[in-house]
Amino acid sequence: MMGDTEMVSAKRIMADLRFYGRGYLRNTVGLFFGLIFPVILILIFGAIFANGFSGTITVYVQNRDNGPLSNAFIGAINKTQTVSVVLVDSSENFSQYLSAHSASDGIVIPQDFSSKYNASIPVNVTVYGNPSQSSSSILSGTVTEVINLLNLEHYKGIPIIGVDPTSVNNQATKYIDFLIPGLIGFSILVSPMFSLVNVSSEYKKTKLFKELSLTPITKMEWLAAKVLWYIILSAASFALMVAVGVLAFGAHIVLTVWLIPFLILGPMLFASLGMLVGTLAKSSDTASVIGNVITFPMMFLSGTFFPISLMPMYLRTIAHILPLYYVIEGLNAVMIYSNYAQVATDLIVVTVITIIIFMAAARVFKWRED
Amino acid sequence: MIPVEVNSIRKSYGALKAVDGVSFSVSQGEVFALLGPNGAGKTTTIEILEGLRKRDEGDVKVLGLDPWAGGYSLHKRIGVIPQNFTFFEKQNPREALKYYAQLFGVSVDADKILEEVLLEDSAKVLYENLSGGQRQKLGLALSLVNSPELLFLDEPTTGLDPTARRTIWDVIRGLKGQGKTVILTTHYLDEAEQLSDRVAIMNQGRIVAMGTPDEIIKEHGSGDRLEIHGSEDLADYVKANTRLNVNYDSKGLISIAINEKHDAFEALEAVEKSGLNWGELHSRRDSLDDVFVKLVRGKMDVHGEIKTENDSDNSNNDGRH
Repeated sequence: MMGDTEMVSAKRIMADLRFYGRGYLRNTVGLFFGLIFPVILILIFGAIFANGFSGTITVYVQNRDNGPLSNAFIGAINKTQTVSVVLVDSSENFSQYLSAHSASDGIVIPQDFSSKYNASIPVNVTVYGNPSQSSSSILSGTVTEVINLLNLEHYKGIPIIGVDPTSVNNQATKYIDFLIPGLIGFSILVSPMFSLVNVSSEYKKTKLFKELSLTPITKMEWLAAKVLWYIILSAASFALMVAVGVLAFGAHIVLTVWLIPFLILGPMLFASLGMLVGTLAKSSDTASVIGNVITFPMMFLSGTFFPISLMPMYLRTIAHILPLYYVIEGLNAVMIYSNYAQVATDLIVVTVITIIIFMAAARVFKWRED
Repeated sequence: MIPVEVNSIRKSYGALKAVDGVSFSVSQGEVFALLGPNGAGKTTTIEILEGLRKRDEGDVKVLGLDPWAGGYSLHKRIGVIPQNFTFFEKQNPREALKYYAQLFGVSVDADKILEEVLLEDSAKVLYENLSGGQRQKLGLALSLVNSPELLFLDEPTTGLDPTARRTIWDVIRGLKGQGKTVILTTHYLDEAEQLSDRVAIMNQGRIVAMGTPDEIIKEHGSGDRLEIHGSEDLADYVKANTRLNVNYDSKGLISIAINEKHDAFEALEAVEKSGLNWGELHSRRDSLDDVFVKLVRGKMDVHGEIKTENDSDNSNNDGRH
């Protein structure tokens, strides 16, 4: 191929970045999908799930006490009508029982519940729940209410009975906390991917690549400018979504420097993937079909709108081959769990995938035809 | 140094021989036109010279460089308008020029270039809102950013209205005035005639005639003719009483080949002697148009498509069919 290229020029990359960015900002459709649409999704999903479900929630209750008070407690919970109680035999292993019934909401009343209550010794009930589901917050709300009543009745509000919440991630109590990293992943995927599928196939068709090949900008410089632009756009989208999540829904989000590698590698990964698809496709129509076939399943199966723990096993297996899964898992690990071992693993996977896809895109993408 | 030297280049797409042994050279300051119908191989040829396409065979030197292997260096020194020039929709001409200047690492006076291509009034109009002629002028303006010594214009006025075409012609003449070497392709005969010093007529991947329009007409045309409106009897009389080559077509036009000045007197003398009626009289020689029709065996329509013999319409029929 070209034997006589020269060093990568930062000036040309910046010139192309400014030029492309200006064109992008003048295109209202792109701007809508890049910045506004993810925010609308946050507002919609946030509003739907913030208020919980309208139906009743099934709660599994294991009563290890069987004293007068524990029965009164269960009766009180049943009476609220927000939950319907299913009793579990005390011989069962409770957490196994829950997972066997694909359930996450449960209460375990300890053996000496009634006696401790009567003796004014503090005692806790254990409440199981998956914080990503709104049912869990409804349940804990209901339990707390009943406990407050019982505490008030006999001890004038001194907390004798407490709640011992049991879940893998007990800090996160709201769906919105899961929704924000998911939708950040969504915007990291959608905007660079669709734009570059479109750009690479359209520029090929309208011969814009041919025109650019007549200038000193190299294809790597051009690609680098596109990647930089989508990193900037993702950062802007990130800031916007976090602001809306916190201000409108009071989301709890941990912001650390560990987010930065994901906000850089993610757009690079999906811009390259879009480039690859757009370049390999014969026409711009096939390019957009292939782009959609790759993007939409990835969008729904990678934990964007709901945690993948809610999906059946076979879908979870599929999720593990999707690059976006690792981006979102990494974002969750930083923003919700502060689980840095997980962050490191996801970062390594994302880095490797990004390098492979970027190299492949740079390789197949040609300015000139033979 | 000769700016462009082309020697027996060939390029096939599968079984189709798009360019089949083309050779020519273009000298400094010359405007050279590749003229031919669609599919003649003009664009493939010019793209090989621009370094946008790889040749299968033959030698090409453009500004002393092999355009394919040395494309990157070459592109800094040439200006190109590709066929069907398009640009980024959401940018205006001034921004486009600034962008190209940054890519080439040069500083340009955008307003001066826009003035040069007569686009100064639309400096701030987004590309998507420019007319066809304005878009083409932007293409010309962009090809000038790196102050090239050599310009390639692939069908610079295709699809434009007559006024817009004439403005583009003015711009190209201005470039020639600055001493730039220009190679253009076109399927408009008048464009080739108006702009170029030399023309190469291409058909089916080959050059079928090359030279100044006059040279081509002299070499491939039928020479001067005397044309007289009259009857077949008159034609027969002239034929019988002179040694001249006389043709008669059914529409009442007698055509007499004039090789020497004396032939004209001989013909008119015979006409006078016959005592028969005759009408309009004029002398005529083949135009580039006539030669072109002969060489590519058909006329072109405005889109550059060949219409083969006998379905041509018109007033200009000179009876050579």
